[in-house]
This record gives sequence, structure tokens and C-alpha cells, in this order.
Amino acid sequence: MKHTLSVLVEDKPGALSRISNLFARRGYNIESLAVGQTEREGVSRITLRVDCAEHSLEQITKQIHKLVNVLRITELTPDDAVEREIALFTVAAPPERRGELMAFADHYGARVSDLGPQEIVFEMVGHPEDLDSFEELVRPYGIKEMVRTGRIGLSRAVRH
Amino acid sequence: MTRMTGADAIIRSLEAEGVDVCFGVPGGMIIDTYDALYRAQANGSKLRHVLARHEQGAGHMAEGYARASGKVGVAIATSGPGATNLITAIADAWMDSTPLVCITGQVPSTKIGTDAFQETNATGITLPIVKHSWLVQKASEIPATIKAAFHVAQTGRSGPVLVDITKDAQIAELDFKYPDHVDLPGWNPPRKVNHRQIMAAAKAILEADKPIFYVGGGIINGEASAELLELAELTNIPVVTTLTGKGGFPESHPLYVGVPGMHGMKYSNLALNRADLVIAVGTRFDDRVTGNVSAFAPNAKVIHFEVDAAEIGKIREAQIPICAPLQPALVRLLAELRKQMSEGREGPTDWLDKIAAWKEEFPLRYELGDMLKPQQVLEAVRDVTEGLGDVVWTTGVGQHQMWAMQYLVCDRPRSFITSGGLGTMGFGIPAAVGAKAARPDATVICIDGDGCFQMTSKELTTATLHGLPIIVVLIRNGYLGMVRQWQEMFYGERYSQTDLTGPIPDYAKMAEAFGAVAMTVTNAGELDAALERALAENAAGRSVLVDAVCDPQEKVFPMIPAGASAADTIEYGSHEKAKEVEAR
Ligand SMILES: Cc1ncc(C[n+]2csc(CCOP(=O)(O)OP(=O)(O)O)c2C)c(N)n1
Ligand SMILES: [Mg+2]
Repeated sequence: MKHTLSVLVEDKPGALSRISNLFARRGYNIESLAVGQTEREGVSRITLRVDCAEHSLEQITKQIHKLVNVLRITELTPDDAVEREIALFTVAAPPERRGELMAFADHYGARVSDLGPQEIVFEMVGHPEDLDSFEELVRPYGIKEMVRTGRIGLSRAVRH
Repeated sequence: MTRMTGADAIIRSLEAEGVDVCFGVPGGMIIDTYDALYRAQANGSKLRHVLARHEQGAGHMAEGYARASGKVGVAIATSGPGATNLITAIADAWMDSTPLVCITGQVPSTKIGTDAFQETNATGITLPIVKHSWLVQKASEIPATIKAAFHVAQTGRSGPVLVDITKDAQIAELDFKYPDHVDLPGWNPPRKVNHRQIMAAAKAILEADKPIFYVGGGIINGEASAELLELAELTNIPVVTTLTGKGGFPESHPLYVGVPGMHGMKYSNLALNRADLVIAVGTRFDDRVTGNVSAFAPNAKVIHFEVDAAEIGKIREAQIPICAPLQPALVRLLAELRKQMSEGREGPTDWLDKIAAWKEEFPLRYELGDMLKPQQVLEAVRDVTEGLGDVVWTTGVGQHQMWAMQYLVCDRPRSFITSGGLGTMGFGIPAAVGAKAARPDATVICIDGDGCFQMTSKELTTATLHGLPIIVVLIRNGYLGMVRQWQEMFYGERYSQTDLTGPIPDYAKMAEAFGAVAMTVTNAGELDAALERALAENAAGRSVLVDAVCDPQEKVFPMIPAGASAADTIEYGSHEKAKEVEAR
């Protein structure tokens, strides 16, 4: 099962390796990882996505919680969280196929961020699953290079 | 505020933490700190330093000190090989939750990352085996870091921390003021006890027909032995303790039911496995105790008292988890039980009768032979020390450790110090030296194996030179006995690389070379006199080796093979019997 964890940490050297070590020691691969500032100075948010067994996840979460530099850890579940990711795709785009590609991009809200005679660099911000769909769609055209930031997420806005 | 160097600040910080003795070996990247120590001592500082002969020894000494005293142990080493030599002790402390502050020197900050002479990434190498670590590159950060290090080492579930300090930080000056508070917003070990859970626990305890306390090393780290005794006596509930919990409940008490696990007593395993309520206290359901987890105490409900949330539900689900410091939690449980309990409650008498019958039916057993049996030696040491006021035992790792666990009787916490989780050969002698530093008036006896002895016996030199006399009782069976036992039982008697016998080493001569008195004993007739003499020499300030030449074939029983369950216990003699049948 895939899980998204959101970890608030003090900005201290080693904080990230202490966390990633708890996955690595069990042979789990971290699928995506995003680290950045938060509203609080000196505090960063790490959002990471891993594929691991439920029981291990509970154990790892508790162990992360115990780390001295970790302030809080929560699991982001699809229903309760807003999740986003950015991706850049360099897609082979000979003139005769551009029209189709542009139509897909339009449908998915991807933008052209650079353009050459034989390729287009698309930029897309969205839900990670939408990024996956777009990727699938343009793959047959030839994705020459691709980069994704890794998902980030926050709990949904309070409604009441 | 006083102006001083970073090195001076390290010493002043240790003093401020109330450290009376630390253990270490100097070197180029920590030389400034040793210089500060020298100057402090010349000016009357009471901070004592014990010069170990190997940093691993220093680390185990700090562990022995911590476990004998209940205070934080301090080990100091230089960068590179000094730090790497400490690693085994750090891992050992991690596994057995021993509070340790390790201070290592590091190359100057300008050289970090260049593979400079004697540079290793100490915080990196130790990352998975410390509660936390700090790389300090500024003198001004030293006092607050050391304050935080001591705080983290001993709060929550105790354990080791590392402070790696660059040479330039030791040389640079700062205005010293030791902080009153730590600033660790992410460090919040549990402090409160959930009352609803305590109520549920009390109810479950009073409803159970076959309850048992299953108690680990946490009882000792959590200073909750007195409360446990009160609880057991109030409810008449029997108690088993793990290897690291040994001494956490008085072993001569009628409610004591021994040590469960791979080489535990059969009656202990039966009691634990047949229980309908397991009250786990400061323990982590280690595989050496549970064996096959799915067959472990299959009919029991579990109450789990534990300060470390990550241990609850890790191996075995707890129906009533209580994540809290043990001492206040047990105090609350006592109060709640007194409230819920009816007058004149008898406790689970049928259950206690059944356990008493098991104890009768399955006592520890061994047979005498031509050669000395290790069990005989252990019984003799136990008996000869019986009247002594304060005895601290340490052990190496192997068969001798298991016999020590089985035969020694420990009635007090902090009287049995062994390497449980990591199983570190060579732990015993340095740990004994550290324990002696903590409790100079106690008789400190290390039960060692001949393999273990060859790993760390050099620390007898430290014992002699630092006035920390210990007794080593060597179970000399000529083998890496525990491995030999597995080879005999499970590997077709193919004794691959476990034979230690030969004309050398001469253990007695080795001990004498280290300044100890040595006696070699080969038969039962000499045993008592040798042990009496050992005690007398030790009381007069000498370290002593009692080199007991034992039967190499003796095996530790009972034994539950790895991964099996209590039902598969192999008892004394049954293995031999099976072999005979096979031969016919
Ligand atoms: C540092 C280390 N190396 C290897 C082992 C594996 N091991 C466990 S017990 C044992 C034999 C110990 O021999 P000895 O000290 O003679 O004790 P005995 O079992 O004979 O009583 C070995 C090699 C270990 N536990 N620790
Ligand atoms: Mg041996």
C-alpha cells in the first residue's frame, strides 16, 4: 500500500537522513520526497511517499515521531488532504503531431514552458494522479526527459 | 560568565551534570579536551577519568557504570579509529537502553569531508544506533549541546547519544554559562499516565484467572522495582523477568517464576505461555523470549506498560496499551487496584499451585561428571557470595552467560549486568570495571567465557591501575561454547572454527600480567577454597581470576530452538538420549 507522510522537522543537519534511514533499514524505497519551508521559521515540512506494509508503517511512524528533531508526523489520506505535484516533460513533437499534443495539454491544464522545432517542454501542476494520466497519454509520442517534484500536501481547509 | 576554551567548557559541562567518572582514550582530535581535564584536575576538580585500553572497553565501562548506578555513563574517544572502536558499545547501549553520552573529537571544521587524517563521519556511522547525535563546530554551542545530550540520554526510554566536537571548536573560546533548560521542541517523551487505561488494566488484572507479570529491563531503567514488588504482593500475581530484567524482582521471592525464553526455565516458559493475562512491563517481546510469535502465550490478553510508544504493538498486539513512564504508571495501578479490590482477596491460587507444581516438576538440572561442570561453578560462586552485602554480576556472552542467568540469584535491581540485545562477547570485564567505579563498595564479579576473555581481558590492566578490583570467574570450556552447542545439536557435530583449545593462552599468566591474582581450578574439591580466597584478595584490593577448567561438552538446557515455541523445549539429557536412540 502506498502512503503519504507529512513530517514537520526542525531545520537541522541530519534530520532527513535520520528519517530516511528508518525506511532504508527495512529495505523500503522512498518513492517521492519533497522538503521545503513552512510558515514557521526554522521548521521544514517533509512530504514523502512510500510503498510499505501497514504494520511497518505504524512502527516507522512511531519511530519517526521519537526522533529529536521531529515535531510532528501525520499521514495524509486522499480524502482529507489536498495533494499537488509539479512535473516537466520534454516530449518529442514533430510539427505534424503538435496539434494532438496541444489538445491533451489543454485538456489537462498543462502549459508549454519551452518549445523547439522537434520537441515541447510541458509544465504541469496538479494532483499527482492527473500527472500520471498526462504522462501516460504523451508517452507514445516519446518522452525524452521528465522530472517530478514529488508530491506535497496539506490537510483540507477547516469547513466550520 | 567565564571566558574559556571549548575544551574547558566540555569539562565544565560534565562537572555541571554531576559526572564523577568518565571512561576513555585520548588522541589527536580530543587532546585539547584531555588537556583541559588535566588542568581541571590539577586545580582540584573531582572529575575522574579511567583510561581504558581500548575504546570499546571504555564504552562498556560507561555502560557498566550506568547500569550499576542508574546515572548516565560517559565515554570519550578521539576521531576516526577512536570513534569506530566505540561503536560496538554504542550499539550495545542502544539495544539494552543504557543511558550513555559519548563524546568524540572530530577533525577541524575546515577539514571535514576531505578524508583528513583520522576523519570518519562519526554521526553518520552511528546514526541508526543513537537516540540522537550532534556535530558541534562552534565552541559557543558546547554547553547547550552537552546539556541536551544528557537530557535526551536519560529521558523517555534511555539510551546512547553522541556528541562529536571538532578540534577547532575545542580550541576556540566562548563565554561559558551552563544553561538551566534544554531547548528541544521535538523531544517529548510521555510523562502522563492515562487513567482510563489504568482502570481498564486493574479490572483485567482482577478478572484474570491466570495472570502473570512479564518484566523487562525497563523496570530497572524506570526505577520501578519497588512498585512491582508491591503490586505482585498485593495481587499475588507471579512474575517472570527477562535477561535484562533480572534482579528487577527479588529472585528469592515465592512469587518469582524465573526467566523465560530460549534458555529460560521450563516452568517460566510454561507459566508465561499458559497465562490468560500477560502484564508486560518495560519489555519488548524479544524473539529470544517469544520464539515463534504466533504460538507465544496464545490465550493471553496483553497489558503493555512501556515508555516507548514504538514498542507497543510492535511484536504482539496489546489490548490495553499504557504508554507512560513505568514508575508513576505502576503507582497509579497500585492505587486503582486498592480501590477496586475487595477485602481478603486471595489471588489466583489455582494458578499459583499449578506454577508451583511445574517448578517442582521441571527444576534446572545437570549431572556431575569427571570434569568440573560449569553449573557447578556457578552454584559454588552463588553460594559463597550469599551472605555478602552488595554483589554486582556482569557476564560475557555465550553459554556461561546463560548458566549465570539460570543459577545466580539476584534480589536487587542493578545487580545483574549483561549484554542482552546485542549479545556482545567481551562485554563482561569492562562492564565490571565500570560497575566497580560506580559502586566501589560492592563485590563485582564477572562470569566470563574463554572466548570472551580473549576479547577484552586487557581491561584487567585498567582495573589494576585504577584501583577498580574485580573478580573474573572464567568458565574455561576450551570452546566458543554456545556456537559449539549449535554445531553439535543442529549442524551434525561439524565443529567449524569453535575450538579454542591448545597450549596457549595461559589464562592465569595473562591475568597475572595484567596485575591480577590468578588461580586455576580443575576439580570441585578446589573450588570453594579458591572462591573464598578470591573474595579475600578482592576485598584487599586485588583483581582476581578464577580460571575454572570445565567440561567442553556441557550444553545449556533447557533450550527452545530458534523460532520454535515452548512446546518444543529440549530438556537436559533428552538430546543425548535422542542421539543414543539414533545410534542404535
Ligand atoms: C563479538 C561477538 N562475536 C561473535 C559472537 C557469536 N557468539 C555468540 S556466543 C559465542 C561463543 C562465546 O564463547 P565463550 O566466551 O568461550 O563462551 P561459552 O559459550 O564457551 O561459554 C560466539 C562466538 C558474539 N556474540 N559476539
Ligand atoms: Mg568457552
